[in-house]
This record gives sequence, C-alpha cells and structure tokens, in this order.
Amino acid sequence: MGTTLDVRVKRAGKVYRDGEILSGVVVITSKDTVQHQGISLTMEGSVNLQLSAKNVGVFEAFCNTAKPIQIISSTIEMVKPGKLPSGKTEIPFEFPLQMKGNKVLYETYHGVFVNIQYTLRCDMRRSLLAKDLTKTCEFIVHSLSQKGKLLPSPVDFTITPETLQNVKERASLPKFLIRGHLNSTNCVITQPLTGELLVESAEAAVKSIELQLVRVETCGCAEGYARDATEIQNIQIADGDVCRGLPIPIHMVFPRLFTCPTLETTNFKVEFEVNIVVLLHDDHLITENFPLKLCRM
Amino acid sequence: SYFLRHARSRNYVSESEVCKLESVPLDFGDYHPLKPITVTESKTKKMNRKGSTSSTSSSSSSSVMDPLSSVLDGTDPLSLFAAAADPVTAAPPTDGARRKRDKDESSAVGSDFEPWSSKRGEILARYTTTEKLSINLYMGSEKGKATTAGSAVSEKVRTRLEELDDLEEGSQKELLNLTQQDYMNRIEELNQSLKDAWSSDQKVKALKIVIQCSKLLSDTTVIQFYPSKFVLITDILDTFGKLVYERILSMCVDNRVSLPDNFSPESVNDTAKETCLNWFFKIASIRELIPRFYVEAAILKCNKFLSKTGISECLPRLTSMIRGIGDPLVAVYARAYLCRVGMEVAPQLKESLNKNFFDFLLTFKQIHGDTVQNQLVVQCVEIPLYLTLYSPAIDWILQCIAYHAPDVLLTEMMERCKKLGNNALLLNSVMSAFRAEFIAARSMDFIGMIKECDESGFPKHLLFRSLGLNLALADPPENDRLQILNEAWKVITKLKNPQDYINCAEVWVEYTCRHFTKREVNTVLADVIKHMTPDRAFEDAYPQLQSIIQKVITYIYDFALLFSVEKFLPFLDMFQKESVRVEVCKCIMESFIKHQQEPTKDPVILNALLHVCKTMHDSVNALTLEDEKRMLAALINGFIKMVSFGRDFEQQLSFYVEARSMFCNLEPVLVQLIHSVNQLAMETRRVMKGNHSRKTAAFVRACVAFCFITIPSLSSIFTRLNLYLHSGQVALANQCLSQADAFFKAAVSLVPEVPKMISVDGKMRPSDAFLLEFLCNFFSTLLVVPDHPEQGVLFLVRGLLNVIQDYTWEDNSDDKVRIYTNVLHLLSAMTQEAFIYHVDKVDSNDALYGGDSKFLAEINKLSETVVSQILDHLKTLGKEETLKRQSQLALYFFNTILAHGDLRNNRLNQLSVNLWNLAQKHGFADTKTMVKTLEYIKRRSKEPEMSHFTDLALRLPLQSRT
Repeated sequence: MGTTLDVRVKRAGKVYRDGEILSGVVVITSKDTVQHQGISLTMEGSVNLQLSAKNVGVFEAFCNTAKPIQIISSTIEMVKPGKLPSGKTEIPFEFPLQMKGNKVLYETYHGVFVNIQYTLRCDMRRSLLAKDLTKTCEFIVHSLSQKGKLLPSPVDFTITPETLQNVKERASLPKFLIRGHLNSTNCVITQPLTGELLVESAEAAVKSIELQLVRVETCGCAEGYARDATEIQNIQIADGDVCRGLPIPIHMVFPRLFTCPTLETTNFKVEFEVNIVVLLHDDHLITENFPLKLCRM
Repeated sequence: SYFLRHARSRNYVSESEVCKLESVPLDFGDYHPLKPITVTESKTKKMNRKGSTSSTSSSSSSSVMDPLSSVLDGTDPLSLFAAAADPVTAAPPTDGARRKRDKDESSAVGSDFEPWSSKRGEILARYTTTEKLSINLYMGSEKGKATTAGSAVSEKVRTRLEELDDLEEGSQKELLNLTQQDYMNRIEELNQSLKDAWSSDQKVKALKIVIQCSKLLSDTTVIQFYPSKFVLITDILDTFGKLVYERILSMCVDNRVSLPDNFSPESVNDTAKETCLNWFFKIASIRELIPRFYVEAAILKCNKFLSKTGISECLPRLTSMIRGIGDPLVAVYARAYLCRVGMEVAPQLKESLNKNFFDFLLTFKQIHGDTVQNQLVVQCVEIPLYLTLYSPAIDWILQCIAYHAPDVLLTEMMERCKKLGNNALLLNSVMSAFRAEFIAARSMDFIGMIKECDESGFPKHLLFRSLGLNLALADPPENDRLQILNEAWKVITKLKNPQDYINCAEVWVEYTCRHFTKREVNTVLADVIKHMTPDRAFEDAYPQLQSIIQKVITYIYDFALLFSVEKFLPFLDMFQKESVRVEVCKCIMESFIKHQQEPTKDPVILNALLHVCKTMHDSVNALTLEDEKRMLAALINGFIKMVSFGRDFEQQLSFYVEARSMFCNLEPVLVQLIHSVNQLAMETRRVMKGNHSRKTAAFVRACVAFCFITIPSLSSIFTRLNLYLHSGQVALANQCLSQADAFFKAAVSLVPEVPKMISVDGKMRPSDAFLLEFLCNFFSTLLVVPDHPEQGVLFLVRGLLNVIQDYTWEDNSDDKVRIYTNVLHLLSAMTQEAFIYHVDKVDSNDALYGGDSKFLAEINKLSETVVSQILDHLKTLGKEETLKRQSQLALYFFNTILAHGDLRNNRLNQLSVNLWNLAQKHGFADTKTMVKTLEYIKRRSKEPEMSHFTDLALRLPLQSRT
C-alpha cells in the first residue's frame, strides 16, 4: 500500500500542559525507498467559534468572530528533500509548549459553538508525480492547576410544588417533597459531581430522576453576544418509583473533551450547569438548575 | 493302525512327580519390593545404633534414609510448591482440578463456597414461563425520551453522544412473541455476537450489545421469568467483563512477560491504563441507570489496573447507586450481581455485602407498596409466587454474607430480619443461606419464628422445607430432636395441597431416618401414604416419593428391620407407574446387595424381595434394552446368591424352583439358578462325604432333573453346551450315571446346531474358537465317563466324532483336523492301564474293561480312522497357497506322536520322520521351533528307556534357512 505516514506522540493519553515538551515520532513505512521534497511538522492550536443560526444575521456585520482564533502555531522542517530508505523510518521530534507573553494555553474543549483544538500535522511534499502525504493527529492540552485551594460550596435544596417557577396550573400538580444537596458546585474537573437526593414524599409515582449536564457557551464582543445552553450528557440516577425516605446518591463523572475548566475570555465564554430533572408518572417534569464552576487542580 | 497299538504306556503318578514344579519354601527375607519402606528404614537405623558405639546423631540416620520415604514424609517438593504458589486456598492437594477452577474464578474464595455456576441451572429450571416474551433492542436513537426543558439540543451533538447507545445507527429491533426457548436462543445469539464483535475488534459494538442486554434487566414484564432472565443476561456481562479484563491484561505484557496474578497498579503501563480509563469514562456516560450499573459492575475487576483502592472505593458507590432502582425486584437482583462480582474480585470486602443487605431491608416495605401491587394485578401474578422470585437473589446475598462469617454477624442479621416483622421471605432465605450447623443449633428458635412469622403471602411450608434441609445436613441439640420433629410434622401434616405436602415431607423423612427408630419412620411413611393416596395424588409426586424411599434405605439398610417397618411395602404400592416402580425396585436391590453381609432365609425378607425382583422381572418386554436386562438380571442374581436355608437343602431347591418360575424371562437368572442348583448338589455330596443315602440320592437326582429341564429353555447355544457339560460332570460326581449320559448325549446332539457366527458382546464373531475349546473340554470329560452297558464301546466318543465329521466346517479351516489330533490324545489316554484322573466312586472304563484286548482293539480301530483322516487332510493341503497350513499341521501332528506315541515302533517312527520333513519341506517351518523341538528330543533321549530318541534325533535333519 505504498507509503504511509503516521504521527505518534509519546504519552498514551496524549495529554500535555503549558510549559511541557510535546515529543513523539513521525513514522514512515514503505516497501520501497521514498523520494520526497521535504517533510515538515506543524503544531497548531486554535479556537473555532461558530454562530448559532438564530444569531447569524445580527453579528456578521459587526465582528468576524467566525474566524478561528489562533492560540499557538509553529512549523519545523524535519527532513530536507531527499530519499528515505525502505522499511520503517522513525523521526523523533520535540515541540516546547511555551506561550509568549501573558497569553494562556486554553484547555482542549469540544463544544457546539466553541471548539478548542490542538493538532500536529505532518506534511510530506513529493514530486509532481506522487501526491503529497499529510497526517494529522490531535493532542490534548490540559490547563495548569489553578492556584489556591478550591473552596467547597455545598448547596442544599428542597423542591416542592411551591418552589417551582414557570408553572401554569399549580393546582393540578401532585404534592411532593424532594430534598437533597450537592457537596459542592465548585468542582474539580477530574472529580465527580456528588451529592444526595431524597424523595421524602410524592403523590405521583416517580418515573425517573436524571442529572443533566449543560454547557453554556457565549460568543461575542463588546457590541453584543450570543449565549446558548446545550446538553452535554444526561445521567439517570433513579429509575422507577424509588423508595421514599432513602437517600439516592448523586454522582456524575465529567466527560473528557466535552468539559473544560470554566473559561472566560474577551471573545467567548464556556460555562457549565447541572439540572436535576425529576420525571413523575403523570409526565410532570420538574427541573432544578445549579450553575457549576469547574476548575483543574 | 500305526498309532494306538503303539501308544506309549504312561505312569501318570511318576510322571507327575517328575514334572511337578519343585516346591520352594517361601523365604520371607528382608527384602521384598512391595514391603513398606518404613521397615527397611527402622532396620537401618537399628543397625546404625548397633554399629557405632558413639551416640548416633539424627543426621546419620537421615543420611541412610530411604530416598523414597524421605520424599513421602510431608516435604514432598510438589506439595511444597503447590503450597507456596497458592497460599490462600487451603484446599487439600488432591483436589487439584477443582482448585484450578477456583483459581480461575476467584483467587481467595475457597472451594467450600457454593459457586454461582451451581445455582444458575437451578434458577433456570425453576423460574420458567409459558407466556410470550419480547426483546427490545433500541438500536435507534431514543427520540422523545430526553427532551429537556429550556435547552435547545443540537441534533448533531446528540447523535454523537448517544452513539454509545446505538447498536447500529437507525436499526431498531423489537422481537415480540418469543417463547421462553426462543428468548434463550436470542440471548445466546447476542452472547455470540458480543464475542464476534470483540474478536473482530469492534469494541464499541461489543459495548453497545452489552448495554442493550443489561437494559433488558429493567424490563419486568413476565415477571415470573425475571430470575432466569437475570441468569442469562449476567452470563453475557460476565463474558464481557472477562474480555475487557483479559484485553487490558494482555496490553501489560512487557517483553513477553505477563503480569503476575497479584500485580500492583504501578507495574501497569500507560497504554493499558489509558485504555482502562477510557472504558470507565465510556461507561460513566451511559445514560440509563441500570445498564450503567451492570456494565460498570461487570468490569469492576479492571479497577485493579488503575489503583489499589479502586475496587474498595467502587463497591460502596455501586452499592448505594442501586438505591436509585425503583423496582424492588430489579434492585435486589442488581444487589445479587454486585455481591457476586464482589465475591469474585474482592471477597475480603465484606462491608459492601452487608451494606447491600441492609439497604435491601430498608427498601423492603416497597414490596407491599402500590406500584408493585398494581404491577402484579396487571400481570395476574399472585403474591406468594411473586415473593418466591426474590429467593434466589436474597439467598445469594445472604450466602455471600454468611461465608466464613462469625456467628455474631449471623445473629445480628437474624435480629434485623426479626425486626422487620419476622418476614417469612427473609426467614426462608436466612435458612437457605446460613450454615446448616448455625441453623440446626437454633432449630427451636426457628420453629418459633416460623410459627409467629407474618406470612404475608410467602408459603409457610417452604419455611419448614428449608429448615428440614438444614437439619438433614446438621444435627440439632440432642434434647430438642423429638420436639422439633413433632412441631414440624404437626404443621406438615396439615398441608392440604399434596404437592406442598410432599415437598416438605420428602425433606423431613431424612431427618426422621437419621435420628429416630423405625417406629417414627413408620409413622411418617403412614402419614405420607394417607396424604398421597386420595385422588391418586402420588401420580404427580413420583420423584419425591422415590427420594423418600432412597433416604429410607440409605439409613435403614438392615433389611430385616426395613421390612418390619409395616408401612414400607404399602408405601411401595404407591409407585404404580411401571418405569418408576422398577427404578425404585432397583434401588432397593442395589442397597440389599451392597449391605447384606450374611446369606439369609428370613421369610419376610425373602417374600418382600421376591416380590421386588418379580416386579423388576415383569417389566422386561420385547422393547427392553440389553443393558437394562443385564442390569436387572445382575440384581436378581445378587439376591439369589444371598439366599441360603443352611442345611435345609430341599427348601433351598424349592426356592430355586420357585425362582425359576418367577424369572423365566431373564436368561442370566436361569443360568445362575442352574449353577446354584449344581452347587447345591455338590454341597449335598460334600455333606454326605460322597456316600449318598437313598434320600440324598433322590434329592441329587431332583437337582439334576432341574438342570436337565431348565437348560433347553436357554437361547445361547454355548451357554447350553457348557451347562450340559457342567451339569453332566456334576451328575457324574453324584453317581447319577444315566443322567450324566443324558446330559452328554444332549450336548452331542446339540453340536451340529452350532452356527458359524455367534454374537459376542453385540458383535458377530466366528464361533470356531469357542467350539474348539468346548470340544477339547468335552473330550477330557469323556475319558472318565463309563460306557453304558447297553450301548456299544465308546458310544459317546463315537457319537461325538460322527457329529464332528458331519459338521460343516469352514472351507479353509483346519479345526476339524486339530480336533482329531486332540482326539488322539484322548484315545492314547484311554489305552492306559489306569487313567490319569477319576471321579470318586465312579468306575471308569479302565476299571470296567481292565485293559481288555477287545476294548483296545476298538480304540485302535478308532484311532486308525482318525489318523487316516488327518493324513488325508494333510495331503489336500499340498497346494501352493496352503503349504504353510500344511507345515503347521504336520508339526502339530508330529508333536502329538512325540508325546503320546511309542516311537520304538518302526512305522510310527518313520511316520514321524516323514511328518518332520513335511513340516520343513517348503520352508514354512519356524526354525526356532524346530531347533527347540530337536533339543527337547535330545534331552529326553538321556532319560531311561528313552534311548530310541537318540536314533530319532539323528534321523531328523534341520533344514538350514536358505
């Protein structure tokens, strides 16, 4: 199958931090000798902002946020034009992940309207007869530990028909009393969100209780902004009519890549919230919202 | 007449003196290879002490120790190795196979822990349904399920996130109307496709299959099938857990060295760790609670790759996660699964097991809640049935808890159950899971609890059954025993439903037999009969009734005692279905044969067992398998052999006569009877010391007559022939000459009927070898049979020879000639003045004719005919392809002449030389044999009166091999 090109970073998890050295190898395998016009390796990191459909008209005129914001970029020439022997050739490389000035290396994040991505791209230029070869490999950046101690911020909550907002006919609601607490809304991203929930009483049978992790992405500049909340994941913590008076654990692992420490910059913001959703048997849906602050320790 | 006129005269007595093996006094010397080694050792030690005046140190004795014995004294390197390799399981080293399996499954749980694998079959068999089942595999995205308030979810992202939940994009599968078997097949298919997906490296697909499967566990329609469904699906989960674990383990192989069993997380490389983490992250994002729980529990063991404390942190979390499962049945099975995985992976973590049980107790009230009750109404399931669905799960959880648990803990558990209103369901599970000794010691307490307990739908007879099962394994305190039985039976006897009753009674019979006398057993049996007879209820309870019989005969194997239990035989009458009846009879007979030491004439035993045997015999029909017949016959024979009336021979004979009429369809029994009667005749002879009185003579004749009329009813021809011969010998020994003649005549006239092929062990074999053997045996007997005064000389021998002459032998066989050659041995023996052997008190032909010349002439004539037959046959073998046979036969004949002929006779001498040459003529003779034969002749020539052998030897050339 001709010549193959592969980029491999050294760490199994592909996770690097600011100030570390990204190292790895470019592997070229071929049955025959490979004639080439030079092999280069590019490291790139950028923020892609996408405007949600409903806002496009307003912003296009003002600022061009849709254009990617470059965080980091550097290219090195690995091999000068020439020949590579047949078989497997490994060429090691190293990139220092160093930011200039007081710029920050944002953490990798895959969202809907905001994407922060880091890639390594290897290009092998070849003569006119053969196609150029390209191989891209994503690597992951974790931001540095935040300084200072994380202060736990426990929240207690009680949900009854009376505490609800946005109710059309309060009278038709079945009676219920749900209490619980989150151990902290300031969360370390590597640690699960924990807490407890207790259905003290409920007239209607409980159908399901879920934890909904929501991202809130804000794009914009001084002139105006767009704020969108979308679901990342939904984790069921109770299925069926749970035992009354027995605390049910709240436990949710923050998914990798889809979450990052809460981020606030001039151009965009990424924030997270959790909804506790109680679904009753007569299809009543009760939601309680809690903003979260994620950080990396 | 070359031959017999010149038969060598023999002096059998002196010959036997010479030929007898020299008797060597046994020397019980120091050394014998089979002697125990210890003897040698002690001896050596002793010698050591004697030899050295200085004190013998222990080291000196050990230096001369037998190397084998030193291996055997407990420091066996193999067992040492085994002990070192596996310090946790203290199983005996003989239990190798089992230990290996234990090691595979759980490194620290001993073999005394009843593994899940033994439970699963039971559950599958017990929880079945005839209702239609369905499998819903939501392989499409779950639209409309996750509509969330206030957030616009981008379709693209959702698809990405829910990719995990989809097996194949867009394909939705709903299988309805499956029978139980279909359902099981489908699940098996899923199991297979999981393995396939895994081996074809489609890990994500494999995960999807597992998620979909575990989702099925949240479905409680057709609730009575739920336990079995649990078994089937957790099998898949186990497979998955194993696959993931092994895959990650295989990634840890460094330089072809795989990790040791008890590796630490530090020795796991980053790639493996990353893969493992990935699995956990993937599973943590599974939307639904039940699949998330099950899949994480399935790969619990993989925590070992990440951290030392992983499992001990995970177990409590998973335990409390189950609290979110609303349906109490689903929840309790989830707990059972967690306990199962926990016991396998980390049996030392007892806390979670207890926590699971306590959590279950906390949610116990849900069972009687509205949600559950409504569900039962919809499904038309009664509460008692519903409650029994919990048993396997609770039993399992309690079994895990009770394993090697201190009594204190068990007592605490019991108290907790009591607090919950002494619930019957819990009580039952406690009894089935806790150690039998623990239960037995508190039997009276349990009976009290059972009586008081709130039934709440759980059938009480099951409680007594469970208690009974415990008491069958462990003994309660001596003083309580009778009271326990009384209390229990009081309840059992009141059970109305025969099935409930018999299930209970079956268990308690063992307890009764174990601790009480025949009186109590009798009462119990009577009660069972009373309950099972109305409406022929016994027809539905054969397995249980059979098990009762088995238990009774296990404990009461003294048959005199057994049959004095009045209700035992009436109990047997309940087995009215023939196949079951025969099975029971077989059990009884097996027990009798196994346990009866002394022959018996007890009329009770005889009557009862004859009845039992008759039942077995009467079950035989045209369709009965050969094996079955053989087995039945063996059992009946075993019985017949154990019957003895001592000196009352007539009674014994009449018993045999009765037996014959009863068991006429089983040939092996008839054969046994003939042997037994023959033995009886010989026994009579022994008692009379050979001198029969008028009475005993008549009795013996009766015995002989028995045999004579029984033999013809047998079908196997060789059995008949041998029995005729054997019985004839017995008749002869008892001086019944005419009867003996009759037997021999019958045998002679039967020979022509021998077929060419007979069936031996179901295979067709040529019969010639058997016939040859029989005929030689027959001729040997005929030597001592005196001629009948009214028949001609050697009437029987002639008759037999005629039959042999007329018999259609195989075309290319020499059997006939071989027999003729053997007849020459007989004829030469007959010419002797005194025969080689006699029957005591029977005059053979040697005495009758006293060497009369007419008699000898007859023999000569006979032998002449025979010899000419042999020579004729040798001539016909002159063809190319038969030369080898000719050579062999010639040598055979030569040897006969050498042994029996008088070689001083020239013609005979010449004949033998001719035969010798004929044997060698075409190069088919075996040189070694010829050399040995010649050496033999030379050796014999040195004996007195054998000098003519020297000449003979000179005339026998040895053909050199060309």
